[in-house]
Amino acid sequence: MTISRRTFLAGTAGAVLGMPALMGRAQDATIRIASILDLSGGLDIYGAPMDVTTKLAVEDINAAGGLLGRRVELITYDAQSSIQLYTQYATQAAAGDRVAAVHGGITSASREAIRPTLARFQTLYFYNTQYEGGVCDYNNFCTGSTPAQTVAKVVPYVMNKWGKKVYIVAADYNYGQITAQWMQKFVADNGGETLGVEFFPLDVTNFGPTINKIQQAAPNLVISALVGGAHVSFYRQYAAAGLNASIPIASTTFGVGNEHKLISAAEGNGLIAAYSYFEAVDNPVNRDFLARLDAKMGASRPGLNELAVRSYEGVMLWAEAVKLAGTADRNPVVEALRTGLTYNGPSGAVTVDPKTHHCIQNVYLAELKDQTFDILEAYDAQPPADTQLVCDLVANPDQSTFFFENGLAAAGIK
Amino acid sequence: MDLVVAVALQLAYGIANLALISVGLAIIFGMMRVINLAHGEFLMLGGYTVVVTTNAGVNLWLAVFVLAPLVVGIVGVLVERILIRRLYGRMIDTLLATWGLSLLLIGLVTSIFGASTATTISPPFGTIQIGRFSSSGYELFLIGVTMALALAIWAVLRFTRLGLVARGTMQNAEMASALGVSTSRIYMITFGLGAAVTGLAGGLLAPITGVLPTIGATYIAKAFITVISGGSAILAGTAAGSVLLGGIQGVFTFLTGPTFGEVALLIAAIVLLRLMPRGITGRFFRKSL
Repeated sequence: MTISRRTFLAGTAGAVLGMPALMGRAQDATIRIASILDLSGGLDIYGAPMDVTTKLAVEDINAAGGLLGRRVELITYDAQSSIQLYTQYATQAAAGDRVAAVHGGITSASREAIRPTLARFQTLYFYNTQYEGGVCDYNNFCTGSTPAQTVAKVVPYVMNKWGKKVYIVAADYNYGQITAQWMQKFVADNGGETLGVEFFPLDVTNFGPTINKIQQAAPNLVISALVGGAHVSFYRQYAAAGLNASIPIASTTFGVGNEHKLISAAEGNGLIAAYSYFEAVDNPVNRDFLARLDAKMGASRPGLNELAVRSYEGVMLWAEAVKLAGTADRNPVVEALRTGLTYNGPSGAVTVDPKTHHCIQNVYLAELKDQTFDILEAYDAQPPADTQLVCDLVANPDQSTFFFENGLAAAGIK
Repeated sequence: MDLVVAVALQLAYGIANLALISVGLAIIFGMMRVINLAHGEFLMLGGYTVVVTTNAGVNLWLAVFVLAPLVVGIVGVLVERILIRRLYGRMIDTLLATWGLSLLLIGLVTSIFGASTATTISPPFGTIQIGRFSSSGYELFLIGVTMALALAIWAVLRFTRLGLVARGTMQNAEMASALGVSTSRIYMITFGLGAAVTGLAGGLLAPITGVLPTIGATYIAKAFITVISGGSAILAGTAAGSVLLGGIQGVFTFLTGPTFGEVALLIAAIVLLRLMPRGITGRFFRKSL
């Protein structure tokens, strides 16, 4: 028998048309969540590891029998480092897929693009990235660290170790600008002096003039909030000029894009960074977590950082809340999270702060040695003190705002 | 005094850096009039060749001076034969095709090597001391290499038969063809050489910049602005464009900051093209190469 093109088309068309009906029945059996991350384009150095851990979290939930007797289905969207696609996929996930929750967003710009959309559709939103703080939104849980958690710890530590005179270099967009303000505040609070602040557009690859200026100012240390692939060049040119030996660098951004693998050991040694997670965190959950990923992915396992691990913990926090609420509907799940829910993840205990919908979390300081971060200090259960200054979702839950200017004002910076 | 020397060295490096990322494009776009939007990805491929081969144990100099231009040159020849050859004289179509090529190359490198690849190389030559300032010896070396590269391209265009035939073909392909030149072959060789020079530039920059599949995007705009501002003469144009724009950017970065440095470069290019629509060599040094 021969299959003509016509019969083939008729047959497949029937099969394809029949699919939605089958999928419609399958929907009832699963709880769906969406992940929107940059898996291609310039931001994929951040997004690719986050995608790996988000998928692992869903696999772990399903391996443990799912939630409320139902399987969890993950729908992954690649926003391709384009803000326009974030808005489009957020709408698709909320209105089309009718997911129970959306996890994702990397830059603050992408978060601000989808946060209002998801609030409007009343679709629960988790932003699992470290950021500048200040979001105050009933519908949005920001699980990553903020300046009052990381910058507040690393600045006094390095000033004590290296000296009081500081030079700041940062990326020229809202994250870098706001974080640089917090850095100056913490330098002043600890009796130090900021000799200079420079901002760099994200596509700058030649840092020579700034490296000269730093030498001219002769600070004791440099604090960096540089972001993205192009800015990796700063650390290389800084080392090439021999400055890494005399003026050490501290950072709250270096490492989350696995930048420490993109520069050689000699160039990076001695740099100190602050995050809520490093691979070297020593607890049984983390050892097991790393061992399972190694077994699964072998040599292709990406380096894990705060963004990747918090993506895992963000999904797990949501899952705990669903279990506690006994439903995946938004309002009961939000209320379950707001009881001060805790999840013990690879980074340690992560607890939701009901006042800000941010997380109380451990913060670690680590020193880079041979392309690996060795932990120097651990600070348990750090509150999001910056956002707490301006946000109170317990007293006034009906909010969906971003208070970055107010945050700086409340802290006495501006 | 030491400040003046250190600043002058940085200005010179800024100019050399701009010339290095642009000179391959000057051959492909300035000379052949092919809008190559995959130029940034050619630079990236040069850098990746160096990172991947040095990770495998290859000597850094061999990787930079032989393998990077060789690999990207071969990619250039293949691209010309498969894609560009069919689109000569169709500028908008070339623009679209090379944009697609740029996306394809980013996608290919990402699927083969992942979103980022660890590196083991540091810039050689250590540091040089200028009074109380220290500067990178490798940057000084790059200034020298850029000048040597320009000299080599000039010598090829000026003194070899290939250079003469290539220039003749670009000026009037029909006449060259009538005189017995295989213009199709000349186009292929010129495009391949432009790609090889770009690969070399990408390889040279690899030890001192971040090498990622998407890094090409940070170079492409500046390379086009430099070549267009320079005008039709390949070498004099690239040199004039780099000196003017790199100089202005450097001075403004020193005086204000990196953001205004970038802004100053763009404003300078706009003003320049308003006054001299055909670029610097459209008005001055018109007879130069």
